[in-house]
Formats: sequence, structure tokens, C-alpha cells
Amino acid sequence: MTTLVIARLTFRELLRRRLVLALLSLTAIVIGITAWGFSRVHDLYIGGSPLTPGEVQLASSQLLLLVMFMFSFVLALTCAFLAAPSIAGDLESGIAQALLSRPVRREELLLGRWFGLAVPIGMYASASTTAEFLLVDWTTGYLPRQMAVAEASLLVEGLILLTFTLALSTRVSAITAGVISVIAFGTMWLGGVAGAFGEFFHNQPIADVGVVTHFLLPTDGLWRAAVFAIEPLSSVLAASRGFGSTFQVSSGPTVGYLAWVGIWLLVVLGIALWSFRCREI
Amino acid sequence: MRESSGDNPGADLASPAIHLSGLTKHYGSTVALAGLNMTVPRGEVFGFLGPNGAGKTTAVRLMLGLARASSGEGMVLGFPLGSLEARRRIGYLPELFRYQGWLRAGEVLRLHCELAGIERGSRRSEIQSALELVGLDGRSEDHVDTLSKGMQQRLGLAVALLGKPDLVLLDEPTSALDPVGRHDVREVLRALKRRGVAVFLNSHLLSEVEQICDRVAVVDHGRVVAEGSLPQLLAGPRVRIQCSDLGPEALAGLARFGASHFAEGWLTVRGLPRDRVPALVSAVVAAGGQIQVVDPGQQTLEERFLELVGDKE
Repeated sequence: MTTLVIARLTFRELLRRRLVLALLSLTAIVIGITAWGFSRVHDLYIGGSPLTPGEVQLASSQLLLLVMFMFSFVLALTCAFLAAPSIAGDLESGIAQALLSRPVRREELLLGRWFGLAVPIGMYASASTTAEFLLVDWTTGYLPRQMAVAEASLLVEGLILLTFTLALSTRVSAITAGVISVIAFGTMWLGGVAGAFGEFFHNQPIADVGVVTHFLLPTDGLWRAAVFAIEPLSSVLAASRGFGSTFQVSSGPTVGYLAWVGIWLLVVLGIALWSFRCREI
Repeated sequence: MRESSGDNPGADLASPAIHLSGLTKHYGSTVALAGLNMTVPRGEVFGFLGPNGAGKTTAVRLMLGLARASSGEGMVLGFPLGSLEARRRIGYLPELFRYQGWLRAGEVLRLHCELAGIERGSRRSEIQSALELVGLDGRSEDHVDTLSKGMQQRLGLAVALLGKPDLVLLDEPTSALDPVGRHDVREVLRALKRRGVAVFLNSHLLSEVEQICDRVAVVDHGRVVAEGSLPQLLAGPRVRIQCSDLGPEALAGLARFGASHFAEGWLTVRGLPRDRVPALVSAVVAAGGQIQVVDPGQQTLEERFLELVGDKE
């Protein structure tokens, strides 16, 4: 029950500080602009001839992946910026002292913060990706092969970074937690790119860098799961012939990898709870 | 029967409000508490004094479970330090009172009602009476950010009073208040005392402590150096003489008048009956002291405090 009270307080803070308003209005503007851009794909010409329906589909899929990459980046940064001050900020300001002097378990405070951020972020991620996908379908006729999988992958990617940052926030200052989290996200992405290069050039040690980073902090692994769900079959075939990249993936995540993502989330959330319970306030 | 006890079934009424035994707290090589022993009975207004860094706030944090003791043990209202059961019965005003600036005053109180587990039906009246008690009635719709620091401290006091606690821990409760506010807070504390609520007052304002506390403990370097009621703690009559510097030999010669102490141009002699003051003055003059002021009177808490902690503040 106390967890719900804290979750509600957290969500109310997002509303009162106009973060929800800013996020939704800016996202609506971006979706509007991209919808206009997608509606112009039919007007593109190659060698004086308009694009064939197949070329429109391919161009749309690649543009959609670019937009989704930006969305994934924005979602990750949003998660980091929201989670970083959630515990550290309360500790620094003294608000945590006032809350924890009540019959409130530290676990309830942390889980309340997690739910209070995860639920609105989940709703935002689902709503905005659905809107983007449907608008692209409406303007170009291209719909990702596995829309729900793509949305879920992006959402869980956000939750991974949210949980990671929250765990950091129990021990380091808000600004440090945010910086570490963003650097870790970028490094994992870079590790994924290096892994793709390693695979292309059949260099196993470099390819292993990608594997390790996908397990260490599974944000890039989930981004690739989203790419696989969004890209057309022609891209899948091209990637399977060795042309894989950040925007072309040859296969979806294995069941084992998805299980690892679940375990990772639970373990890191457990570490956050343990870390917060053990620390002095 | 005390009013507050009836609101908290399950509380062990025979146990003191606070009982600390050999409590220590180390931060690395720094000793914050070095064996704190203290008992505060229920219904008492207890002053907890000490210089900066003496361990006052650390003691409060241990009582609330915000930090863990390195060794020793303690009970609050019959429950282990920091336990949920203890915290259910404690009201706390932190020294650095900070509440969510984006909330309204009434919302802060509603939040703490929810966290304290106060029944939904009685929250409105709890909030209203707490606001009235601290002089914030009519301000419940104001955002915390728009309240002055003094108003925010009043709000913090209202938060601490929610749910009819059996023990109220106040860390510097009047630091941001004007004289009127301080007077109001003293009245609130007296009202709490009448209701049988124990008040643990952590304060630097010695005159305030003198006015409202039943008993006082002075803590220094993490341990209690003096404890008792004010008459027990203060040394009774004393005379202060402002005079030119007196050497060690002259001071030794004045020992027959009682415990003496010379600091910042003032000679203080404790326990000296008023009829012996002229003899003391003659002795100081005979020792070569040039007297400017003679002030016979009662020792103040501030004087006693400075004696105990060695004028470290």
C-alpha cells in the first residue's frame, strides 16, 4: 500500500513539474513532423522514375528505424534523467529522512519510485511508438512485421536503464548516477556496433565484444530485438548474408537471451533494494 | 490515562519513551557517539544539548533507524530503535526540514497521514487541527515553495504532530522562526506535555530549553556529560565579576569561596551565598584584580553549558 502511495506521489511530481506535458507535446510535434516526412516518400524519384511500391516499403522501413533509434535514445535519456534524482535527490534534499521517519520500509520507498516512473514511461513508450507506427502505415503503407515485439523491446530497454540508474542513485549523487548511466548506454551501443563489425569481418574477439555488452547491460541487445521486429524481411536476408549493422539484424533474440533480460532486471532491482536498505541516511 | 496512549494500542506503556544503553556510532575513524546512555520517561519534555558535532543529530537518526548503531542498544516506546512499530508512534521534525516544494501544504500533510497509516476518515480533522495548532490555518492550499522558511518550519511541526504521536523528536524546531513563532512553538510543546506526549528537543537555543524542558542532557564528544533537571544541573547561586586578568596563584587563592572559573574577563564562582560576595570582592581586590562589574545571581544554562563543553562553540 505504501508503495502505491509513493508511486502516486512520483507520478504526481512528473505531472506537476510539467514533465509529462513537455514530453507529450514534444513527442507529438516530432511524430507530426515525421508523419509529414513519411508522406513525402511517395514523391521521391530515382533516375527520374518514382519509387516502386517495394522501394517505398524499403525506404520507409529504413527511415522508420532511424526515427525509432532517435526515440530509443530519447527514451533512454529520459529514463536516466528521471531515475537519477529519484533516490539520490531525496537523500540530498532531506526529503528521504522525512519520509523514512514514518513507518515506511526503504524497499517500499524504492519500489514506489520504480513503479511511479516505470508505469508512466511504459505508457508513454507504448503510446508514442504505436502512434508513430500507425502514422507510418497510414502514410506509406509500411507496418513493422512484429509491432508489439518492437514496442515491448523499446519499453524494456527503457526499464533496463531506469532500473540501472535507480540502483546507482542509491549510492551516488543524482548527477553522477545520470552521467554513469548515459555513458554506460552509449558504451553498450558502441559495443554492439563493434560486435557487428567483428561478425562482418569474422573477427571473433571483436564479435565477442558485442556479445559481452549485450549481456552486461542489455540495452543494445533489446534495441536490436526492436530492429528485427521493425525491419522488412529483405533487410533480415541482407543481414543474414553478412551485412548486419545497428539498423540491420539477421535474427531476433533467443529465448535464453530474453530470460537473461528478465533475470538482469530482477537482479539489478534486487541490488538496488539491498543497497538502499544497507546504506546510512 | 494519557490521551495518546489510547490511540496506539499495543504500545508498552510501562517502558520509557527513550532508553539508550551504550550506544556507539563510528563513521570510519570518526566517533560520532561514544557510549550514549540516556533514559527519557514518557510525558517528559527533554532537552538534548551539545556543541556542533557532539552527536545530537546522529542520536536522533539512530532512534529513527536512518542509521545503524555500531554497538549498544536502545528502545523507543518499548520497541527496538528504528522499528516500524516505533516509527508508527513518533513524530519527527528534521533539522533540515525539506518537503516537496511542488506540493501544497495540505497535500504534504495528507501524504504523511497516508504514510503514517492514519485512518482515512480522520485525516481531514487531523490535518485541520495540526494546521491550526501551528498557526497555518488557511494556508493549506499554498505551495510549499511559496511559504517562508519559518512557515515551512511550522509546516514541519504540523507534520510531526500528525497521528497523535507518543514521542515527538524535534531537531532545532525554532531555528527559522521569529520571536512570535518561537513563543507559539513553546505553547505547542506545553500543550503536548499536558497531553502526556514525550518531547525530545534537540536545540541550540538554551534560553528556550530553560523555559520548557523538564530535564536536560548535555552531550559532548558523543557521550552525555551532564544530565538532570535544571535545578540539579545548575549550580545554584553564583557570582560573576568582570575584572582584570587574574593569575593562577590569585585564582588558587580564591578556591576557598567555591569552584571558580575565569574566562573572557569574567570570574565566575559557583555556590557562593550572597552574604559572602563582599568577602569575595575584597579577596579579588587584594589579589590585584581591578573590578568593573559584580553580578550576583543564578547560574544560567548557557553558563553551565559553556562550562561543560569547554566553550567549544
